[in-house]
Amino acid sequence: VAEAAAYDPLGVAGTWRRYRAKLIVYALLSLFALYYLLPLGVVVLNSFRDLSDISHNGLIGLPHSFSLDYWSLAWNKFCVGGTCLGIEPFFFNSVSMVVPATLISTAIGSINGYVLSKWRFTGSEVLFGIMTLGVFMPGQMVLLPWARVLGWLGLTNSTSGLVLVHCVQGLSFTTLFFRNYYVNIPDDLIKAARIDGAGFWRIFRKIVLPLSPPILIVTVIWQFTNIWNEFLFAVIFSSGTHQPITAALIALSAGGTSVHQYNVESAAVLIAALPPLLVYFFGGRYFLRGLTQGAIK
Amino acid sequence: MVAEPGRFTPVKAAQKQSHPLRERVSAILPQLVLVPSLFATFVYVFVFCGWTVWISLSNSTLMPDYTMSGFHHYVELWSNRRWSIAYTNLFLFTSLYVVGTMVIGLTLAILIDQRVRAEALWRTIYLYPLAVSFVVTGTVWRWLLSPSTGIESVVRQLGWASFKFDWLVQREMAIYTVVITGIWQASGFVMALFLAGLRSVDPDLVKAAQIDGANMPRIYRRIILPAIGPIFIAVLVVLLQFAIKTFDLVIALTGGGPGIATTVPAIYVYDLMFQRGQMAQGAAAAIMILLALSLVLVPYTIWTNWRQRREAIRG
Repeated sequence: VAEAAAYDPLGVAGTWRRYRAKLIVYALLSLFALYYLLPLGVVVLNSFRDLSDISHNGLIGLPHSFSLDYWSLAWNKFCVGGTCLGIEPFFFNSVSMVVPATLISTAIGSINGYVLSKWRFTGSEVLFGIMTLGVFMPGQMVLLPWARVLGWLGLTNSTSGLVLVHCVQGLSFTTLFFRNYYVNIPDDLIKAARIDGAGFWRIFRKIVLPLSPPILIVTVIWQFTNIWNEFLFAVIFSSGTHQPITAALIALSAGGTSVHQYNVESAAVLIAALPPLLVYFFGGRYFLRGLTQGAIK
Repeated sequence: MVAEPGRFTPVKAAQKQSHPLRERVSAILPQLVLVPSLFATFVYVFVFCGWTVWISLSNSTLMPDYTMSGFHHYVELWSNRRWSIAYTNLFLFTSLYVVGTMVIGLTLAILIDQRVRAEALWRTIYLYPLAVSFVVTGTVWRWLLSPSTGIESVVRQLGWASFKFDWLVQREMAIYTVVITGIWQASGFVMALFLAGLRSVDPDLVKAAQIDGANMPRIYRRIILPAIGPIFIAVLVVLLQFAIKTFDLVIALTGGGPGIATTVPAIYVYDLMFQRGQMAQGAAAAIMILLALSLVLVPYTIWTNWRQRREAIRG
């Protein structure tokens, strides 16, 4: 820019070049935005179009018809793998799996993180290292043992079984999150409370917990979206009407030889995607923080 | 020591007597609290892992059978044509996915870093795919990429009658649709990581270079990108992990097909363990996935520890 100004005292060429650069930047950004928004746009539009409109004008296109029926069909009438109750029962399977699994794993993680950062003892760092190993464990390594253990516990094909699996798997993540956050709470704060006679739980309740909301939100969002979107455990440890929504969605859209009802399926897909999307739109900042911490450590 | 109810004991004395036990409990309370989680993690990480290794060395087929067969199933695995398709696909997918995601992610980060308007809006658009499950992503992209319903049919309707885009149903090309979809899913995340890195570069450094007359591409190449080198490595490791674990995306997008053309190791494991009743070989394949992950993660962990120690020494 400085160079251009030297040759062009009025700054005309400089402004023009800057405009052109801006134009290219925005054009590229819009092009990418199209790539990212296309799938969402297509599903949203298709969930309102009637079938003849879709088959005549193709999946990608502006609606020539409009109806809200497909959402209600998808919600409680559409047939998934033999049962015609729509996506509703599977949605609530997911809810009753995600809520306890998220709450339990977050609660335990925060206590673990508290111990491993503020009540260190000989070997606690090693134990922390072992706990983080769980983060890297590929699901495939634990499928057969889990299937066996769930059988022994009488939890095969049940929501409680999936809650257990997700709690144990999530423990490593939640412990990691909380431990790395609590490390930054000044030790003097804890020491002062101990001198005042506060014990383990009292310090946790009165000092650590009140400082925790940011990490609590991050962890809850992380656990919620991960467990809601999880597929491998869902499809292996549950079947039929006990399946969470991700597994049901595969059964639905892979449904045999019948003609695809793209409008109803689109609505079903959106219903399945909605909870984590809402979490993302309303808690975006925390969502991203969880991702960067969860992925990179 | 519990005071007997009938006997008179001064309150103070009773408290003093019960103290040792209470004190001992409260002294080890932190460790005690940790026990259930440690037990669970220990079982999960070591027992389950060892169990799977054991199964891989056994004669298990449809049901577990703990008579030993040594490395028989590993030999079988590596001579299986389907497994060779699976890992060839994984290499092809991983390299294209990692390079594609990093290039697009970095491009987006640099574009957004040009002080654009409505930055939050752009970021929200690029990042939302990460909140969507692989199942949803795969299902929707299958519709878009399917020649009869998706992009091909739209372009044809627009008048280009001979347009062809049927990679999804072509054996040779189907794996590239997985790449396209995978990049769509992860590049926004990579953008966010790179953008955070770009913003952390010392602005004085950039200003100094500008005063020296360096143009923007040169400043990026010479100053900004080298400064965020560690982020490249972190992103690489994250993406390699994603790629090795890829399972739901392929199931939803191609189901491993056409035929077995897009099988990846994770699908192979699932298939052998739960569809074909060849537990031992499935377990052997699962261990290969674990090994692949360790090949990525162990060097990375050593490297980060080394860097931290070096920084600690530098103070």
